[in-house]
Amino acid sequence: MNSDTIRTAALAIGGSLLLAGLLFAANGENPFEAFKLLFEGSVGSRAKLSNTLLVWVPLTLAAASLVVTFSAGLWNIGVEGQIIVGAIGATWAAREVGGPSFVVITAAIVVAIIAGSLWALLAGVLKVYGGVNEIFGGLGLDFVATGMATYLIIGPWQRAGVASTSGTDLLRDEAWLPKIGDENISWVSLALTVAAVIGVFLLMRGTSFGLKLKAVGSNVHSATRLGIPANRYMLIAFGLGGALAGLAGSAQVLGFHHKLVPASSGGFGFLGILVVLLAAYRASLIAPIAFFFAAITVGTTFLELRLGLDSAVGGVLQGLLVLFVLLAGGWQRKRRTEAASALAPTPSAVAGEG
Amino acid sequence: MDAVTIASIIAAATPLVYAALGETITEKAGIVNLSLDGTLLLSAMVAFATAQTTGSVLLGFAAAAGTSAIVAGIIAFSSIELKLNQIAVGFVLFLLAGDLSSLLGQSFVREPGPSVPPLNIAGLSDIPWFGKVFFSHNLSVYGSMVLIIVTYWYFYRTRAGLELQAVGERPEAAFARGIHVERLRYIYTFVGGAFVGIGGAAFSLDVKFGWSEGHVTNFGWIVLAIVIFGGWHPARAALGCYLFGALQVVALKLQPTFPSFTQVLGIMPFPVMIFMLVAINRPAFRSLGDRLGLFRRFLRAEAPGGLGTIFERG
Amino acid sequence: MLELLDIHKHYGSLRANDGVTIAVERGSIHGILGENGAGKSTLMKVLAGFITADSGEIRLDGESLPTGSTKRSLESGVGLLHQDPLHCMPFSVLDNFMLGRPESFILDHSTAQAELNRLSDEFGFSLDPDVPVRTLTIGERQQLEIVRLLSLGIRVLILDEPTTAISAEQRTSLFATLRTLAGQGMIVLFVSHKLEEVDEICDRVSVLRLGRLVGEAELPVPTERLVEMMFGEMIVQSPRVTAEPGEPVIDLESISLHDRLVTLDDISVKVHTAEVVGLAGLEGSGQQTLLRVAAGLLSPARGSVRIGGETLTGRGYRRHLDAGVHYLPADRLGEGLVEGLTVKEHFALAGIEPQGFLLDWERASSEATARIEEFSVKGTVDSTPESLSGGNQQRLLLAMMPEKISLLVMEHPTRGLDIESAELVWTRLLARRSDRTAILFASADLDELLRYSDRIVVFFAGRILAVLDATETDSEAIGYLIGGKERV
Repeated sequence: MNSDTIRTAALAIGGSLLLAGLLFAANGENPFEAFKLLFEGSVGSRAKLSNTLLVWVPLTLAAASLVVTFSAGLWNIGVEGQIIVGAIGATWAAREVGGPSFVVITAAIVVAIIAGSLWALLAGVLKVYGGVNEIFGGLGLDFVATGMATYLIIGPWQRAGVASTSGTDLLRDEAWLPKIGDENISWVSLALTVAAVIGVFLLMRGTSFGLKLKAVGSNVHSATRLGIPANRYMLIAFGLGGALAGLAGSAQVLGFHHKLVPASSGGFGFLGILVVLLAAYRASLIAPIAFFFAAITVGTTFLELRLGLDSAVGGVLQGLLVLFVLLAGGWQRKRRTEAASALAPTPSAVAGEG
Repeated sequence: MDAVTIASIIAAATPLVYAALGETITEKAGIVNLSLDGTLLLSAMVAFATAQTTGSVLLGFAAAAGTSAIVAGIIAFSSIELKLNQIAVGFVLFLLAGDLSSLLGQSFVREPGPSVPPLNIAGLSDIPWFGKVFFSHNLSVYGSMVLIIVTYWYFYRTRAGLELQAVGERPEAAFARGIHVERLRYIYTFVGGAFVGIGGAAFSLDVKFGWSEGHVTNFGWIVLAIVIFGGWHPARAALGCYLFGALQVVALKLQPTFPSFTQVLGIMPFPVMIFMLVAINRPAFRSLGDRLGLFRRFLRAEAPGGLGTIFERG
Repeated sequence: MLELLDIHKHYGSLRANDGVTIAVERGSIHGILGENGAGKSTLMKVLAGFITADSGEIRLDGESLPTGSTKRSLESGVGLLHQDPLHCMPFSVLDNFMLGRPESFILDHSTAQAELNRLSDEFGFSLDPDVPVRTLTIGERQQLEIVRLLSLGIRVLILDEPTTAISAEQRTSLFATLRTLAGQGMIVLFVSHKLEEVDEICDRVSVLRLGRLVGEAELPVPTERLVEMMFGEMIVQSPRVTAEPGEPVIDLESISLHDRLVTLDDISVKVHTAEVVGLAGLEGSGQQTLLRVAAGLLSPARGSVRIGGETLTGRGYRRHLDAGVHYLPADRLGEGLVEGLTVKEHFALAGIEPQGFLLDWERASSEATARIEEFSVKGTVDSTPESLSGGNQQRLLLAMMPEKISLLVMEHPTRGLDIESAELVWTRLLARRSDRTAILFASADLDELLRYSDRIVVFFAGRILAVLDATETDSEAIGYLIGGKERV
């Protein structure tokens, strides 16, 4: 990172903080008070930190999943649906598999990973063989996944007595992830998330698989000429991304809701895209950025409680931040290329000769 | 289907027609505005809030068009000036605009307010069947019908329309002919964005009257799919909107038959519409245009050659 | 009279135009001659308003012309005809004709069509107004562009390397058109790096080298003088290398295939070890399609592909790779190199020694360093291909070639390269012959075909028109054949 990048990042963060402050002020709140509450509400106590981590887990897993698919040049908007299908898979296993905690949880996680992976592969097949852009294929499958979850909740898996969209019955205790002390967060989901991030980082950094994925992502034709079976790699990227999304789904069911709810994904798939854009597609940055985003998400619900400010303010903050960083980055590149073209021939100028 | 049902499909599809034609205009000029799902929410909210505050439905429509044009303008600016990826910026704006609508629309949730008044067209509305289907609506609906015809005419019959298509198809060719590529891309992104905003207003001031959080969620995505389904042709895009409207009616009518699927049926038209893209991508369908020469333009489902690309001069 | 006065255009340290001054009389055809990279295109783009010069002035009949705007250049009467004219491919001929013309707001198709027909008839072109431009040959696209520019009332017509991709017949017709136009008082600027053409068509020539005007001459003038001006000295062409061909490496038998642009009909070609076979033909006559069949990128509908005695018909690109076939595409950045990945990463991906699942960056780095030095690629292991010049990109692709190749398949191996780079590329390629590698390549450059091939296969409209021994033919004979005619 050079000083220019840091200056740009600082400018973007400063700019969005300023806008956030104005936003608070416009709603009649003292901006400093609001920022203080935001901080207290997210990391101010053990319980708050635990809540933030509960959001951090699925958000980071979704972002890790997206790093894999983005590397292959894919806009896997279907990650939302893959989380939901993972959640359905985990719920199914938790309902069907008997025995001690270790067995149930392992089974539920494995089933969730497989389910998420297969669901993502569907989007991959639609793209590779159906010619449907993955944005729309993934979106269509998101709808179907939501439909499936809703159907299960009000149909076959409905709560005893009342069919309600609020969710299924709570899972039996063996299917709950073990907690850290009295807090809601489980060391199992934390450990799995950390492992997933490290795994994705190593995969993209040090393996020929990751490099080939990047080649496919930046130029399918060239990658094919270099002997890389591009379609197969895209499908693998979908499968791998789906597996991580499925894992996120299982964490939502086993470690947070303890039942299947219609919106198990909680929008973390979409928010994960913002995290990855902010991280400039680098696996090394997703964990801290996801933590920052999780803190904003949790902090703003506290803000809503205290100040009656709609929690959508969190989304607005996150969106503004990413927008500013993108624009500032573009501005910086523009200035750099302008400066460079005054010093050295641009490649297009040279190639354009003759 | 009886006249009332068809009339209701036409009415229900009206906001989609505005939005789909707006996006078609923008994409025809080479820019993808992926923010539609958020933009529709934001413009629906702004339209309702403005109309409710000022008492003027017309001002509501205008404010929505302006808001949506500004969002689209950010995409145009970041693509043309900063050479940023249109998909990335569009996606961020999708989330941002959606959250902004929730935040700023808080005090308008489930409030009463003005709406577009019905307007039967004297004489025409009395024609049996046709009158009921086409001429017993309101200005918003008539406007969408006019827009289909005008857009078609503008694209294929005017000099400006030809230039618009060239800018999206091959900007270098347009530039070589002395056409201002960047200026036109700005203009049509704004214009297309404004129509998307009118679509949002047509939701909150007419078809899905009022405002609540996430009021018209997912419709933006369907519009983006319909633009592809429409093969970037205004009439075919409009047809896609009506088809989607029909799917929604079918889903509604099926609910009593499958009571346990009631909630699920509501969202099913969305994936069905999207998966129709598989069908139009089949070689059999694509080659239809070559065999039916008269409908070549209508059946040609090819994206503008320069869609989503960055134009470099020189 | 058109005057270019002291035009400067610098890209950083590269002086594309370094004070060029040229004057051209009305009614004359003026040649702009120079090697690739001499600054011809830059100068013409400045003249046509595509780019702005750093300094200098352009005057037409004493009046100063606006710069930096294609619109205003066209309005002032300056039109540029590109090598492959910039049309919108899916649009009809008529739409492309009308596009950019000062038409009325509501398009009047019939008047425009009458104008198109009138101009076409005047020059003996036959252009169907309703077909999409993508179905036209490049020669026809040029004809469309000429009538379009004429209908705009241009007074200066610039042609940038117009003969690269058109047939001998179309060339004859183009030259006749240019003479007619000059006769009517048009100023024609004919940009080329081909001496014979300039000699044939132009009245006067300006020679550019490294961005400077190095000489001017009334034609005709002895060819040696032009060569000396172009290159600064007489270049010594390396002597022709030959090797004794051996066993057939690839045996393409009765290949038939319907591709987007062309239908291959019963094509049979054999290439032997250490043999170089060149494919000649107009763009889209089938030679590119055949190359793709040979590389396994396309499967033939009928016929068989045998490589090293093994039938590989329809077995796909990767199977061909395993059989020792290596393909070098014409579009180096589009389908050869990966933008954004560094040179080092390219070697880690597809180096001479394949890497395992876990990457050894040290090894990739040392391999990249050694190979780019060996192939004199001007760049570092951390350069990305898009930052390299065309010649360096091609050398990088060559540097990535595996050691053992039985058949090298290439499309336009030296397109866009300066003479020095092209020379180096062929030296490297021919060195492969000592390892008995067979070479099958297509080129639009007849000199290249004649100089390096043992046999030349001439394509016309998806068929083989002739197979020639390169030592017993000349560019004129091939020129007629690629137009579909025997020598008249």
